[in-house]
Amino acid sequence: MAEIVTTTDAPVPLWSLPMKNFKPLLREPRVVIAGGFLLLLLLIAIFAPYVAPKDPLEQDLMLGNMPPANYPGAEPGFWLGTDDLGRDVLSRVLYGSRIALTVAFVAASLSAIIGTLLGLAAGWYGGWADRLISRLVDIWMAFPPVLLSVLLVAVLGSGLHSVIAAIVIIDWTRFCRVVRAETMAQAQLDYVMAAETIGFSRSHILWREILPNVAPVLIALVSLEMGIAVIVEAILSFVGLSLSSDIPTWGGMIAQGRQMIHQGWWVFVFPLIALFATVLAFNQLGNGLRKALDPVMRR
Amino acid sequence: MTASDLLNRLFMAVLTLAGVAVIVFCLLRIVPGDPIAMMISPSATPADIAALRAHYGLDLGLPQQFGIWFTDVLKGNFGTSISQRRDVMELIGERLPATLELAFAALVFGVLAGGVIATLGTLARRTALDPALDFINGLFLAVPDFVWALALVLLLGVFWPVFPLSGRIDPTLSTYFHTDFYLIESLVTFKFSAFGDLIAHMVMPMLALGLPLAAIVVRTLKEALAEAMVQDYVLLARLKGMSPLRLVLQEALRNAVGPTLTLTGVQFTFMIGGTVIVERIFSYPGLGNMAIDAVINRDLPLIQGIVLTFGAIFILVNILVDLIAAWLNPRNAHG
Repeated sequence: MAEIVTTTDAPVPLWSLPMKNFKPLLREPRVVIAGGFLLLLLLIAIFAPYVAPKDPLEQDLMLGNMPPANYPGAEPGFWLGTDDLGRDVLSRVLYGSRIALTVAFVAASLSAIIGTLLGLAAGWYGGWADRLISRLVDIWMAFPPVLLSVLLVAVLGSGLHSVIAAIVIIDWTRFCRVVRAETMAQAQLDYVMAAETIGFSRSHILWREILPNVAPVLIALVSLEMGIAVIVEAILSFVGLSLSSDIPTWGGMIAQGRQMIHQGWWVFVFPLIALFATVLAFNQLGNGLRKALDPVMRR
Repeated sequence: MTASDLLNRLFMAVLTLAGVAVIVFCLLRIVPGDPIAMMISPSATPADIAALRAHYGLDLGLPQQFGIWFTDVLKGNFGTSISQRRDVMELIGERLPATLELAFAALVFGVLAGGVIATLGTLARRTALDPALDFINGLFLAVPDFVWALALVLLLGVFWPVFPLSGRIDPTLSTYFHTDFYLIESLVTFKFSAFGDLIAHMVMPMLALGLPLAAIVVRTLKEALAEAMVQDYVLLARLKGMSPLRLVLQEALRNAVGPTLTLTGVQFTFMIGGTVIVERIFSYPGLGNMAIDAVINRDLPLIQGIVLTFGAIFILVNILVDLIAAWLNPRNAHG
């Protein structure tokens, strides 16, 4: 089938060819820069105990509200200052990447799996399956997402699992809608007709022919969704519903900094910068991947 | 869109809203935490608690509870808020105008700012400004309302404190109003000091909600304009000696508005959803802020009412967008 696939306008299946496929990715600057940043962040998250200069939970009330280095009154060793309880802001920001990335990877992957399965079913089999799934998506889209996530965490109880579950329950529709439309578009292409003519079964065509061709769009979407997941977690932490304040999260730090913003801007600013950079990186990676993997846009 | 299309659309909308109602109802019945436990005094006897449960209908079976609740909702009766002990519709009626004023202000800002920048970008095609604009807009597209709101708190609230950080109006001015549409009322009754104060309070939440919208308008409109600018009728107008600005505004814009409008409508519903957290950050007394309090207080009737209100607004906006799109493009009528 590879000959037919490569002679149509269908995108090249990602895993059908070896390393050659990653060359166009490396030529896209957004992918390299954003991907490099996220890789660095991942390493920081994994090795946080070795990277962070201090224990993120260690309180010292004598050292509360110390400004960042080079500001008058700064305490040596606390590069980004301390919060009102004397905890090191830099270490807390570094540790915060753990929760952010965990939520990003787990929530985005699960939403992608659920949304893709339903989207493929709706787009390929049509009929009552499509009607049912599309109606479900319509109902879902009528909920304000932030309110629904707050509500879900209230229902499920706070904690990392609830936050991830809430994001998955809300955001599977993003994947479902795109995959459904993409599957319908792919189903019109020559290679699908060729596969049908050869006599491949419906499910064989779906999994072996259509899914690989939907994959490029899907991968870009996963990256975008990771950015969204990071934001939702931060929003829930900000509202005070995500995790206990013992676990450093960017959203929790931002909420804490918002309360004492006139005493010390640094508790507010540094986690906000980390949040912004991470969301921007996921977003740019997603858009870069979309461009690099889509042969029509590449031309 | 024919009449039967419209009826079909409305029927689907009602069905969707009913679906929302069912889901909200089911979700809230599994909320841990007893709302009654939050309102009784420590000295209440078990009989008092039972009486209170019966008063709120919490002693009935789930299907019965749903039946009663749903008939009430159809009659426009959303029940009594548990945390505020007032009629839910009344509470929503008080808060909704603040949210609507904010959302519409952000919509107007987003469309105007986006429209102006897209027009400038189109005029500056093939200059160095164009790719620079695209790059900056790419960054703007990546920043969500939550991050904007926090950045604005820092920039315009703390480092350069020109605008009030929280609330909707200075408390000394808020007693004079007869309706809850403060902004409109102050304008109509020429209370300009109140109007100015309302606008000053609204600037930051409006920017937080409107800037992401503006970025999307810029991208969509710019693409549509670029396509329209190479069409024959635009070339003809250019050959006739029409100035570039008139060319864009009179000829190209008319044909580029359609796709932008549809996307703006979709984006507007997302923006209304965004009011929830933005209102929270700026302590703006709208529906979204009340919604988060309702969730924290486990105020079931109030949550149900607010979620249904949001759902109805979303669906209404979607229908309106379809109608306007169909009206703008006669070809859609037969599509």
